[in-house]
Amino acid sequence: MRLLNRSAGRVSRLRRGPLAGLLVLLLGLMFTGALYSAFTPAQAEKASKSDDELIQEGRQLFLVGCSFCHGQNGEGITSQNGQYGPSLVGVGAASVDFQVGTGRMPMQQPGQQAATKDQAYSQDEVDALAAYVASLGPGPSIPDKAEYSLDNLSEDEQREAVVRGGQLFLTNCTACHNFDGSGGAMPEGKTAPSLKNTSDKHIYEAMLTGPQQMDVFSNGNIAPEDKAAIIAYLNSIEDNAGYGGFSLGGLGPVSEGMFAWILGIGGLVGFAYWIAAHSTRSEKTEHPEGTDA
Amino acid sequence: MTDHHDNLPAPVDEPIANPGLPAHEPRPTDVDKVAEKRAERQVATFFFLSMACAVLFVVAYYGISLTEESGDNTTFAGLGASHVALGVTLGLALMFIGIGIIQWARKLMADVEIAEMRHPVASSAADRVETLAALNDGLEESGIARRPLVRNSLLGAVGFVGIPLIVSFTDLGPVATPTVRRNTLEKTVWKEGTRVVRDVTGTPIKVEDLEIGDLMNCEPEGLVPVHSEEDEREGVEYLEGAELQSAKAKAALILLRMEPKDQTFSERSPENWSIHGIVAYSKICTHVGCPISLNEQQSHHLLCPCHQSTFDLADGGRVVFGPAARPLPQLPLTVEDGYLVAQSDFREPVGPSYWERDSK
Repeated sequence: MRLLNRSAGRVSRLRRGPLAGLLVLLLGLMFTGALYSAFTPAQAEKASKSDDELIQEGRQLFLVGCSFCHGQNGEGITSQNGQYGPSLVGVGAASVDFQVGTGRMPMQQPGQQAATKDQAYSQDEVDALAAYVASLGPGPSIPDKAEYSLDNLSEDEQREAVVRGGQLFLTNCTACHNFDGSGGAMPEGKTAPSLKNTSDKHIYEAMLTGPQQMDVFSNGNIAPEDKAAIIAYLNSIEDNAGYGGFSLGGLGPVSEGMFAWILGIGGLVGFAYWIAAHSTRSEKTEHPEGTDA
Repeated sequence: MTDHHDNLPAPVDEPIANPGLPAHEPRPTDVDKVAEKRAERQVATFFFLSMACAVLFVVAYYGISLTEESGDNTTFAGLGASHVALGVTLGLALMFIGIGIIQWARKLMADVEIAEMRHPVASSAADRVETLAALNDGLEESGIARRPLVRNSLLGAVGFVGIPLIVSFTDLGPVATPTVRRNTLEKTVWKEGTRVVRDVTGTPIKVEDLEIGDLMNCEPEGLVPVHSEEDEREGVEYLEGAELQSAKAKAALILLRMEPKDQTFSERSPENWSIHGIVAYSKICTHVGCPISLNEQQSHHLLCPCHQSTFDLADGGRVVFGPAARPLPQLPLTVEDGYLVAQSDFREPVGPSYWERDSK
């Protein structure tokens, strides 16, 4: 009893130490964490969620965030001035993953074109929304990584694919997205976006679904392996060193001409002006010794 | 002075007093031997620096390889290292020569002010008389006025020299008679039963390959080179070389599938030219012949990037904007053995206008 009392007294003294509060807090957190990980199997939530539950969750999200424009059942809303939000029946999960995943949807304001911005939903929520929209009607599903990467090919095959991808890109994509994938202007204030910072998956989904004014390049149009080749080509031109010097945005004669005229010729004019503006006389008056010599 | 009006003041010889040249002020290098020596050394230093850069160019040329041993590109700040080194050294070599010469001219070369008066433009009277006399003597001595045979044959010879020049113009192409035009300008390789194939891959197209909203860039079969002779299909002529390029430049096609309810049919774009909303148009702009495929899926408007001509592909390729005068020619499509084929050639010449072409 005395022993117990003594140790209790020691603990009691330590309790008032300056770091005691922090220590207790840390211990408590570790204990809770250990308990949680011991009793919860990994990814229990994901595994336990059935397709129906995912669709239900997606529908709840849809009703809150999307139904204002796309209708309560994704049927689309037509106003007096035309389409308000298009029908989402049959657009498929790939479309949702692209539009919401790149931040185009939910749209901030009506306009010529939905702009990219920070993603408003987490990837889990995007998946739920995609599952719900996919349940409305058959459409392209979210592609597997194996579909848009060339990892399963040998090195020679990969190189061949990059060349083929380049030809396909120059034939099908450069008209709008520019030879370098830098994007370009379209009629009435619309733009074809730059492909430089778009993820491989989103490029694949864009080809598959044809977002907004972009044409569709379905799997019957450009085969999946050719789509992967185009993506591999885009990655390869980004990895390439700039042998031609600075790319100046890769926008062609507009930016090149601007640099040549403003910086190049402007610099030469300024340099010539600087030479002429500094007289060799103004710095020094006659040297007294020099006149004697 | 009779041509002067009386109410005008007589011209003054010198309305404003000539201030003359400002007093010459010598440069430090003109009067100071030390400064002069220093400037001389500066100029020579720039020339030596130029030499050093030229030597560095050679070092960089042999020293920096385009690829590293690992096979990666040799880069410097994301640029090709060799190119950067060669450009910088050669540029500096030239620039140092320039800076040296400017420094030389400004600090050391002769520094004197010169006033150069203007001369009258006309020659002196004596020179003019002398020149005219010499010219007349020459004409008299050549006897060109007395010998019309020589004069006329010379004129004839000079005229005939122009003929080879004119004849060599026929190298530009055949004279565009109506028959020649029918076989060149007004004809492409499309004919009845020619399969439509994807550009680059060269594979034929089934109706079910296309979804609503799909766009394909296509060529007639035979214009996309196949990998081996085994891939060649019987009865198809595979063109090569210049012939291929020439045929391809005219026959390129864009294929679209749209909602059939979006289409407007007319005499120039009848319903039986399209299949389930699939339409095919020439890819060559009717303005100056740029290849176009900037299509907007929802409006079916095809925009030419060169001069912004815009065509409505749901309405017979009608021009909706821009300088093009004529709609895009449509290719009549049909299905044979399950694949898309042409019903015939284009019904009108593709591409830009030419002299004999009307604007319909």
